[in-house]
Amino acid sequence: MMSLFVQVLISGLAIGAIYALIATGFSLLSQGSQTVNFAQGDFVVVPAFVMLAANSYGLPIWASFIVALVVAALVLGVLFKRLMVDPILPHGAMQLSIATMALSIVLQNGMLNAGGAQAFPFPGINGGLHFGNIFIDWQSVSILLAAVVAVTALNLFMGRTRIGRAIQASAQGPQVARLLGINVARMVLITFVLNAALVTLAALLVSPIYLVKFDNGIGIGLAAFSAAIIGGFNQVRGAVVGGLLLGVVQNFAATFGPTQYRDAVPMLLLIIFILFRPQGLLGRAEERRV
Amino acid sequence: MNQPHRVLPLALVLLLVAGLAGSVLKPYPIYLISLWAVYTISAIGLNLTLGFAGQISLAQASFVGFGAYATALLLPHGVPFGFTLVIGAAISFILGVLLGFPALRVQGHYLAFVTLALATIAFLVFRNESWLTHGTAGIDKIARPIPFTSDVAYMWLCLAALAVVTLGVWWLLRSPWGRAFLALRENPVRAASLGVDVRTYTLLAFAIGAGLGGVSGALFAPLGQYIEPSEFALPLSFSLLLMVVVGGSGSFLGPFLGAMVSVALPEVLRSFQDYYLLIYGVIVILLLVFSPDGIVGIIARGVARLRPTDAPVEPKP
Amino acid sequence: MSVVLEARDLHRHFGGVKAVNGVSFAVEEGEILGVIGPNGSGKSTLFNCLLGQIPPSTGQVLLDGKDVTGMKPIELNRRGVSRTFQLLQVFPQLSSRENLILAGQEHIGSRMKRLFGRPDAGLSAAADRMLEQFKLSHVAALPAGGLSYGQQKLLDAAMAFMAGPRLVLLDEPAGGVNLSLLGSFRERLRAMNAQGGSTFVVIEHNMDFVMSLCTRVMCIAEGKVIANGKPDDVRNDPTVIEAYLGH
Repeated sequence: MMSLFVQVLISGLAIGAIYALIATGFSLLSQGSQTVNFAQGDFVVVPAFVMLAANSYGLPIWASFIVALVVAALVLGVLFKRLMVDPILPHGAMQLSIATMALSIVLQNGMLNAGGAQAFPFPGINGGLHFGNIFIDWQSVSILLAAVVAVTALNLFMGRTRIGRAIQASAQGPQVARLLGINVARMVLITFVLNAALVTLAALLVSPIYLVKFDNGIGIGLAAFSAAIIGGFNQVRGAVVGGLLLGVVQNFAATFGPTQYRDAVPMLLLIIFILFRPQGLLGRAEERRV
Repeated sequence: MNQPHRVLPLALVLLLVAGLAGSVLKPYPIYLISLWAVYTISAIGLNLTLGFAGQISLAQASFVGFGAYATALLLPHGVPFGFTLVIGAAISFILGVLLGFPALRVQGHYLAFVTLALATIAFLVFRNESWLTHGTAGIDKIARPIPFTSDVAYMWLCLAALAVVTLGVWWLLRSPWGRAFLALRENPVRAASLGVDVRTYTLLAFAIGAGLGGVSGALFAPLGQYIEPSEFALPLSFSLLLMVVVGGSGSFLGPFLGAMVSVALPEVLRSFQDYYLLIYGVIVILLLVFSPDGIVGIIARGVARLRPTDAPVEPKP
Repeated sequence: MSVVLEARDLHRHFGGVKAVNGVSFAVEEGEILGVIGPNGSGKSTLFNCLLGQIPPSTGQVLLDGKDVTGMKPIELNRRGVSRTFQLLQVFPQLSSRENLILAGQEHIGSRMKRLFGRPDAGLSAAADRMLEQFKLSHVAALPAGGLSYGQQKLLDAAMAFMAGPRLVLLDEPAGGVNLSLLGSFRERLRAMNAQGGSTFVVIEHNMDFVMSLCTRVMCIAEGKVIANGKPDDVRNDPTVIEAYLGH
């Protein structure tokens, strides 16, 4: 029982760490440019397909990852901002959200037509380590490590570098930032590229577990929205806490509860948090209205 | 185009033309016209909630589901169709009131997420509670009410239902309620200071919108004579929301046009086969970029250009 | 004459800041009470406490002798309290006439009767009379968003009178209104006060407007009432002058 508990906890933390990466990107966008991206889940599946394609042309997986990073930065970062966010945001944040719902349809059907409806296997890491009767798989360990490194690097970048501080200043008060001589438009663009990098990393980590399927983005997206809201919408730290919490709760519910209602867990948490603690675990009360 | 009394005759003529065209057409177009009428009813409901009262809902598909399952499950027990329709609408209306409560606490994106979460849970219930809903196997051989068993007759029934809904919503929107909904959307604080009961009207906006979703579902079940859970999952909610936005959120004719695009586009783009949803998505995005007030907005600007003496069309704030 | 509105020792603190710090006053039927004070003196917070937008920390608000402390804006509105906001708050997409009908409709009949009754809730004639009184008849059918700022300000004020209120609280009615319009605006408000027998409380920065409109003026500084009396007395009160010059 103890061994099962530890295993469920670790794999829950691993999947939660991936949610955290996706939710962090989601929060960055909503904080930095009022973009509430309903296609965020699909944004994870797109680079996964790019990696698979590059890999099938003979590139090793690390090189495929770099290709996917570049493609994501251009398409999901720069083009997404220039072609959709910039023209639609002036009409209203809700209009933009609705447009990202349409984008979700576009991306899913694009991937369906390009790749087909089957779930593609994705190279991962096998094996693990036994501690007595507790088995710890390398897959989960490497996911946790990669996520910790990524979140730490992001935090250092945001807190310690000039650009990072400029991004934060732009998100908190664009007008003041402009007076300080910060190029706010560029900072927002960097935020979009950061989100693209985060979803690409998430794609690399999640695909060996969930495989690559055109409509995986629905479930991933719902989990990421929940993680972001549980942690505190508009809070990057919150997204990490929310992601980990959600991953663990979901994994325990799936193991010990009725499997057919596994997907209801993040939804119930989301509803409870929005109604009773809309500022999230780490947010302050004033931040609840977007 | 936001003035219901000006465009009501237009909407009713549209229905009549659709029906007459359907009567001389082959079975498949008849099915499409019926489907259009059914979707339009649901989109009119959502437009009331979203477009006029300003409350976003991603749960409209669930209400279509409640209406459809109520009809499909009650008909075999000998309950007449008229009653199953009323029961389905009533269930949706009551659950719509409950859906409205979150809107009293949160707005905007938060409300979108709560309704999305509730819609996901409703879908899981449709799928998992097979003792009631027959699960993923679905319910087949759903009978059409006598004497509307033929395709053409059932199409006329759907169009008649849409006509009744159109008249009802027209009446509602020009009544003080319509004014209160608009006040709710534009400025709830000011509305409350004028005695508009924001709480009650918010719940009503959800409940009426949901109730129309239920009516739509009740008509949907006997149309294809088969239903299964995935038809009432999130994609239908998104699709209905996009119908409202494509047609023109907050305009009386919007849902008619939005639903028409949604139903007709797969047929128009038949040669593109699987790509039509992709193309549909791109069209929606382009519309949001270039005409945020939808097709109705394009038409209104076109009409204004043809009649330069009229006052210029006010852009929405 | 009876007391319509009474505040008893109102306090409102935000953290350590005492925005309203022990305010007591009474307004009698038919009065036009002006509330003045330098920026940040606590006028707006006082108004918000009176109107149920934020509950006072301690103290009481009485309407016709009944305790209405902390009551929500809509409940106060049902009891005959009407208001305008500092910023313009008309409904830009509705016509001027529709704005006025909206302002009156919730006070007539039951909600169900309103749904099945006449679309204008029987208020068209009353709305047109109000438009005439505020010299807005020529823009009755135009969307309020298309009116000039001064016209919108008039409409905004007119909306406060549609439900035949017992008490009207006007938050900077003259703010931003063209000088040439101010005189007639003041006459409109005077006329409404005279004919309806209703009572006004007015926050206003424009000293000439306050002094010429109000029957009594109260000055607030640092959350306290420092003067309360006839307009001329308050205008010449040394503590009032000091409060304005000292900050």
